Amino acid sequence: MSLNHDIEFTLNGVTRRATVRVNMSALDMLREVIGLTGTKYGCGEGECGACTILVDGLSLNSCLMFAVDCHGRDVVTIEGLAADARADALRAAFVEHGAVQCGYCTPGMVMQASHLIATHPDADAEAIKRGIEGNLCRCTGYKKIVDAIASVNSAVKQGATP
Amino acid sequence: MTEIEQYVAPSSLEQAAEYLRSGEVTILAGGTDLMPQSQGGRLKIKRTLMNIHHIPELKGIAIDGGEIRIGALATITEIMESDLIKKHLPILLEACDHFASDQIRNAATLGGNVCNASPAGDMLVPLLVLDAEVELASKPNGSLSRRRMPLAEFFVGPGKTRRGPTELLAGLRIALPPANHYARFFKFGTRPALDISTISIGIAGMLKNGALSQVRVAFGAVAPVPMRAPRTEQALEGKRLDAAVIDAVADVARNEVTPIDDIRATAWYRKELIHNITKRMLAHVAQS
Ligand SMILES: Cc1cc2nc3c(=O)[nH]c(=O)nc-3n(C[C@H](O)[C@H](O)[C@H](O)COP(=O)(O)OP(=O)(O)OC[C@H]3O[C@@H](n4cnc5c(N)ncnc54)[C@H](O)[C@@H]3O)c2cc1C
Ligand code: FES
Ligand code: FES
Repeated sequence: MSLNHDIEFTLNGVTRRATVRVNMSALDMLREVIGLTGTKYGCGEGECGACTILVDGLSLNSCLMFAVDCHGRDVVTIEGLAADARADALRAAFVEHGAVQCGYCTPGMVMQASHLIATHPDADAEAIKRGIEGNLCRCTGYKKIVDAIASVNSAVKQGATP
Repeated sequence: MTEIEQYVAPSSLEQAAEYLRSGEVTILAGGTDLMPQSQGGRLKIKRTLMNIHHIPELKGIAIDGGEIRIGALATITEIMESDLIKKHLPILLEACDHFASDQIRNAATLGGNVCNASPAGDMLVPLLVLDAEVELASKPNGSLSRRRMPLAEFFVGPGKTRRGPTELLAGLRIALPPANHYARFFKFGTRPALDISTISIGIAGMLKNGALSQVRVAFGAVAPVPMRAPRTEQALEGKRLDAAVIDAVADVARNEVTPIDDIRATAWYRKELIHNITKRMLAHVAQS
């Protein structure tokens, strides 16, 4: 039996308590302890970005983060983005540009894209490509994803979306 | 097999050093090395797992008495965005720029990169040519004490350092470079993102009339530790960088490194890269 530890943190705007194994990843906690399965497991080693979440406003690979380290922090997952108007625009843009095929990379891609738009509102296609370097997609070839993100960025700039 | 018996998250350096006195502590910073290494069975977490995220003394980047102190917890993203680093130590930005991915840069700390002591650790080569020193904290006899050591003496083998089991890396210290200081870093990998260096090179010194003095050269991923290259430094010291000198120095560099064959490249290829990229970098120095 491995050691357990109680933590308390904000998850998608709501205070949560959880009991986690001390060597468990935040990804396993989200999927197996809390039951939020929107965040995906792709590689478990920081290579694919399918597990991307926001912690204190920064995008991280939840597979590399210790669950105990969530204590006291503000965690947002793809489920939490549902309530965000900017993310709504991103979702619509992904649909419109055909940036989703099998969809496995999509939650992580959308999390990283929303972080990118929040931190680099001036990102052009080149900067968007660099921003999603940590997200693998085996279906779309990336162009549609970059186009989708770029369209939201320009809509934000023109004030067409929050 | 011993299991983890305790998880602690101290809120001061003093408390952390107290926990470390048992010597049976694994330190957790960003976790980007610790998580895959422990899950993959390459590293065993000791009796106590200690999260150092809540220790203010380990945070921040600041000027302190003619030096820049980078706290062990400074992330690669924080270093990239720091105005002090942009102004005084731009070579570090070159290393941050090709470091993993945005998600990893947001989590990975400088202290973790240094203590993980990978021969290919990207921040290590630029820190070596900047003559960085490590600041180690411990509580040997009831009160907090710190010692400093040149980074060049800190690494002893892959994953091995001179940090004692009761010590914590508190930060890195780098003397503020004078005006005509030159320092560049180059990382060669097979793709731009998420790639471990095939080789990396750092070159620094005082640049005057096309010659470098007080030269520092360091290489990554070509020896068991990130290495300073004294013979290459000597070949460069004070010489005007004409084509003949550059060729000669690149030859010395190729012969000074002792790489291995691995999945990323053969030893022969690494030596050729060291030769060719040293040459390219020196040609660039000659033009500046
Ligand atoms: C997909 C992927 C890509 C990567 N790409 C790169 C890359 O391009 N370049 C590169 O250099 N690295 C890369 N890394 C490795 C890793 O991200 C870095 O080494 C990072 O800087 C480690 O920092 P951390 O805070 O995550 O360390 P942790 O994993 O928390 O710790 C690393 C080690 O250092 C010890 N430690 C941490 N802080 C301290 C301290 N203050 N005092 C004493 N001991 C301490 C820990 O006990 C552990 O042994 C990559 C890793 C992954 C998973
Ligand atoms: S599952 Fe975390 S990066 Fe692949
Ligand atoms: S849509 Fe299938 S992996 Fe990206």
